Amino acid sequence: MNKKTKRYNGGRDPDEKFEASMIGKIALFLGPFMLGIVIFTIYPFINAFLMSFKENFSILRNTFSGWGLANYRKVLNDPIFLSGLKTTIKYVVIVVPISLIISIVIAVLLNNTRRFKAILQTAYFMPLVTSTAAISLVFRFIFANEGGLINKIITTLGQTQINFLGTNRWSEFVLYIFGIWNILPFTIILLLAGLQNIDPQYYTAAKVDGAKTLDIFTNITVPLLSPTIALVAIVNSISAFKVFDYVFQLYNKPGPGYNLYTIIYYIYEKFGGTKPQYGYAAAASIVLFFIIAVFTLLQRVLQKKTNY
Amino acid sequence: MKNRTDRVKSFMQYLTLFIGAAIMFLPFFWMINSSFKTEKELLSFQSFFPKQLLIDNFRQAWEMGDFPRYFGNSVFVTVVCVALTMFVTILAAYGFSKLKFPGRDLIFTVLVSMMMIPYEMLMLTNYETIRHMHLFGKIWSLIVPFTSSIFYTYILRNFFLSVPDSLYQSARIDGASDWQYLWEIMVPMAKPSLVTIALLDAITCWNSFMWTMLMSSGNRNIRTLPFGLTAFTSEAGVHYNLWMAGATIVVIPMIVLFLFCRKSIITGVSRGGLKG
Repeated sequence: MNKKTKRYNGGRDPDEKFEASMIGKIALFLGPFMLGIVIFTIYPFINAFLMSFKENFSILRNTFSGWGLANYRKVLNDPIFLSGLKTTIKYVVIVVPISLIISIVIAVLLNNTRRFKAILQTAYFMPLVTSTAAISLVFRFIFANEGGLINKIITTLGQTQINFLGTNRWSEFVLYIFGIWNILPFTIILLLAGLQNIDPQYYTAAKVDGAKTLDIFTNITVPLLSPTIALVAIVNSISAFKVFDYVFQLYNKPGPGYNLYTIIYYIYEKFGGTKPQYGYAAAASIVLFFIIAVFTLLQRVLQKKTNY
Repeated sequence: MKNRTDRVKSFMQYLTLFIGAAIMFLPFFWMINSSFKTEKELLSFQSFFPKQLLIDNFRQAWEMGDFPRYFGNSVFVTVVCVALTMFVTILAAYGFSKLKFPGRDLIFTVLVSMMMIPYEMLMLTNYETIRHMHLFGKIWSLIVPFTSSIFYTYILRNFFLSVPDSLYQSARIDGASDWQYLWEIMVPMAKPSLVTIALLDAITCWNSFMWTMLMSSGNRNIRTLPFGLTAFTSEAGVHYNLWMAGATIVVIPMIVLFLFCRKSIITGVSRGGLKG
């Protein structure tokens, strides 16, 4: 209908000719993309919700006994899932703030440098491109009992060596260090971008007033940078909630004493393991989705507020 | 007086930065340094640097760990995935920015909001979809699910939107079709954005871990380097000299890429791609 009215009042509208072939054009330009999105994003997204409500779902026979909340009840009462939730939240609460504080200091210092920029950037940002599977091996080696650099330093100082990778407490510690080391470059880069948006006038004015460096940092830089800081905190929290690779790569299992289950580790074991239970995996993934959705909404609100 | 405190300050600043840089760089240094040592040298800590630059570790890891195959797979997956993704992204970004059809912007907004879906949630079904497509255990299973990227399309669409429509009108008057206009005018103009996207995608493909692990559970011959390396460590046992040589093999191509394209990669990352 739309087409017809246009044709009559359009006159010599150059759009008119390609109205007719529009559908073909949409198919040509958007077809390949939408095909991928529908098959590998939209369909699995909807299917995850459906699966999570199917009770006694068997993927092999494609049968289920009925619709209901049984999977959610099972997952939310499963001590392994709950400990996974706890481990994940603890990871987020420790890694995100510590990496933020370190990154703020480094970003402010980097922002003021003129020399050695290439060397410093290379050292700080290299972890962005390097496979965590490979670097996790280096961490395992550095923290090893025998031949490990850290334990060599500890014993040289006259202390007894620490079983970093074999005990629950220290294996957590190594995971945090690895997580922080990995997330620092991304955090520093976003903060640097935020710093560059601060109007230099503020600094000039402060210098005229004779403000000390530390005062400038706490009274000007940090407040003006706070929207970026909040934003990075949220983005990093989202990625920290999805921690799995680091645990797997460091320990090949959920920690030395099965103490490092994370939400994704739980999902992974429930569908990639020997006895797949898709319903539970789906329900757990929906829980993860809602946690991430809350953070994303927060991010949207902040972004609108700050026009970042 | 003032000058002196300034100098002390600047010295402290660089000192802090370099100490931090040394800590960040330590794993890389230790990896490469150790990859040349013999196992005995490693465990005994007799000398900080390797006595001689042995390439034995590399040769041994390369032969023992099936690394030639993993390396070939990694190169194939990365090259094909980046090429296909670029092609699909260029077409989609054009469609969502220059074709005029009802609901276009609404559809795109919905797509952008789907970026928040964690991939782990989609993985369950994609695993089955790949089986139904008879791709399980085939190398294409590592490529096919990843050719449509909303994030890359979003970046490129933003660039295409910034190109004034008057350019389009005059190209049309000169008789260019949409197809020609896209490939002959828009794509060359978008080169910086395209380079950024290609780099981010190459890094992501090369390092992809969890999905590769799932897909190669049925066929070890499609392993790529990162999971191949992890598998090698459990198959070969604890030999740190070989581990470090293997890790170096996996990491070096990306380090070379980083050294050449540092600026583009950093720009790309600051737009929100690649995290954690």
